[in-house]
Amino acid sequence: MPETAVQTTVRELTFGEAIREAIAEEMRRDARVCIIGEDVAEAGTPFKVLSGLVEEFGKQRVIDTPISEPGFTGIGVGAAMTGLRPVVDIMFGDFLTLVMDQMVNQAAKIHYMSGGTWKVPMVFRATMGATRRSAAQHSQSLHAWPSHIPGLKVVLPSTPYDAKGLLKTAIRDDNPVVFFEDKMMYRLKGPVPSEEYTIPFGVADIKRAGTDITLVATSSMVQVAFGAAKLLEEIGISAEIVDPRTMWPLDEKTLIESAKKTSRVVVIDEGYHRYGVTAEIASVIAEGAFYNLDGPVKRIGAMHVPIPFSPPLEDATVPSEQQVFAAARELCGKA
Amino acid sequence: MTTAAQRPETNAALGKEQLLRMYRRMYSIRQFEEHANDLYLRALMPGLTHLYEGEEAVAVGICEALRPDDYITSTHRGHGHCLAKGAKPDRMFAELLGKEAGYCRGKGGSMHIADPATGNLGANAIVGGSAGIATGAAFSAKKLGNGRICVCFFGEGALGQGVLYEVMNMAQLWKLPVIYACENNMYNEYTHYSETTSGDILSRPAAFGLPAESVDGQDVRAVHAAASRFVERARAGAGPAFLLCNTYRYRGHHVGDINREYYRAKQEEQRWSSERDPINILGDWLIQQKLADSAQFERIQAEVKAEMNAAVEFAIAAPYPTVDEAEQDVYA
Ligand SMILES: Cc1ncc(C[n+]2csc(CCOP(=O)(O)OP(=O)(O)O)c2C)c(N)n1
Repeated sequence: MPETAVQTTVRELTFGEAIREAIAEEMRRDARVCIIGEDVAEAGTPFKVLSGLVEEFGKQRVIDTPISEPGFTGIGVGAAMTGLRPVVDIMFGDFLTLVMDQMVNQAAKIHYMSGGTWKVPMVFRATMGATRRSAAQHSQSLHAWPSHIPGLKVVLPSTPYDAKGLLKTAIRDDNPVVFFEDKMMYRLKGPVPSEEYTIPFGVADIKRAGTDITLVATSSMVQVAFGAAKLLEEIGISAEIVDPRTMWPLDEKTLIESAKKTSRVVVIDEGYHRYGVTAEIASVIAEGAFYNLDGPVKRIGAMHVPIPFSPPLEDATVPSEQQVFAAARELCGKA
Repeated sequence: MTTAAQRPETNAALGKEQLLRMYRRMYSIRQFEEHANDLYLRALMPGLTHLYEGEEAVAVGICEALRPDDYITSTHRGHGHCLAKGAKPDRMFAELLGKEAGYCRGKGGSMHIADPATGNLGANAIVGGSAGIATGAAFSAKKLGNGRICVCFFGEGALGQGVLYEVMNMAQLWKLPVIYACENNMYNEYTHYSETTSGDILSRPAAFGLPAESVDGQDVRAVHAAASRFVERARAGAGPAFLLCNTYRYRGHHVGDINREYYRAKQEEQRWSSERDPINILGDWLIQQKLADSAQFERIQAEVKAEMNAAVEFAIAAPYPTVDEAEQDVYA
């Protein structure tokens, strides 16, 4: 964690608490920051991530909306253009489908179309992630969609520390930023310094150093990669885990350097395998480290199906430790 | 809220048999939901579910006015609609538990039960997500000339979704046989609807020229009477209508929503369940009219309980789908 050179007091916070703290600090620092979304005030969202914010900042800045995603997102865009810095809450990332016009045709393009004259400094907070038994319309990981659009920045934190530092950066950014939180990670605990810090976009983090194989993992898949790395260690394979942290801007340099060093790569992401984030990262690595690779870059993503409800089916659709372990072992010629 | 005094007199057409069937259906929904809650508490049901207790008269009053081949679309709070349209509790419980024997082979779960045999186009976990589907079903019924109609059930929260207004406009332009049934249980999740809904609800459909009525959603006879008028009208080719049913959900937004005092008072909940219970309202009226006695109700209750117990046991014993099922059915 290179960003925290002067790290004196470190507490354990949950992922959810880290997000709340980031927003609270930015709201204290900048009166233009406000929250807009469904059940964000007294309820603090269904995941209780925003609990306590309405008590501190009041209903003028923590704004409950009707169930009107395109409407309140559009209001967010207009408000961002004209002096506020809204953090729009998309309760389930699946509802991004409803706000696509506002996000893609409006927010993402306004700065460019206006020749750089209008800015849209806003954050879309959205959830992602399956295995919560929420079925096909409440479980998707759609972060590849905004990553495809010029004008949007896309963030996928994997630890409480990263979540806090990256969200503060997102709120201070002058562009629309889409920030994805895995619902299954809200209770994940990790060290977070009490001192102020931010994390720049476009800087990958090496979560675990290793020499034999690189596991590139995003969001909750970092935990899966850690599990696989442990299994690999037992059979004498040293795995390096690289978390890009932001899908765009993408830290191509760190990805390529790690691939050059280990010569083998598995990319793991919870979005769909087909046409997904893993494909982009794999091609960046293939282009940048081709002559150093000992084998093709392997990709592991969600099965190409709507997320099923039934637990044994749902579990089979998302990448698992065992899957990553098996793919890595095979790449290392130890299958 | 519509008061008792505003309740229309019963439709003479309602026979004793039909009234008792509606009683049984409402009681079945109540029992089904009690079991669903119990399955959650016993950690036998994966995920969460949204219970319909308190709102039974809406689904039953409306579906009783429909033909078996008429369509409905339903919501995340959909068990009541599903049962009222004639689905079987054993396969519903199996779906809630993610079992192969469920209506969707375990792939849908509580929020996605669909059943072509009873005209159920499916529950929907996107608020307002079925407005288009319902209107499309009415569109095809009209084009195909099969005389069917479609009821689109949705919570008042869906009044926030723009798609609802787009389809109501087209339904009226094209005189489609669809009834928009708005179940106003007063809360969008954890927020009172008055904080999310401006103006007068009925003026919204009225602006498109839809006949729009408000009805006491706790009085199954009143719901049935209003629904029957709209159904008849739609079937005759006169087009869509909007029925606002004022009701209340007894339990949390979902089964995990236990501490609710921050958004609604315990006394309010108690008042509705003690004074405005749809099953008691019909039961009391039937006794008062000498159309039934308490022994009859007890018999119905015992039969329903036995059926529900057996259905739950069936679902618990049923196997999960095999893993290869995950890749089936992505395409037709
Ligand atoms: C488009 C969309 N936005 C938000 C949600 C999350 N959500 C699920 S139920 C609900 C409240 C729905 O209220 P209402 O329509 O009144 O139905 P009720 O739950 O009261 O039956 C919300 C906001 C959703 N499922 N879909």
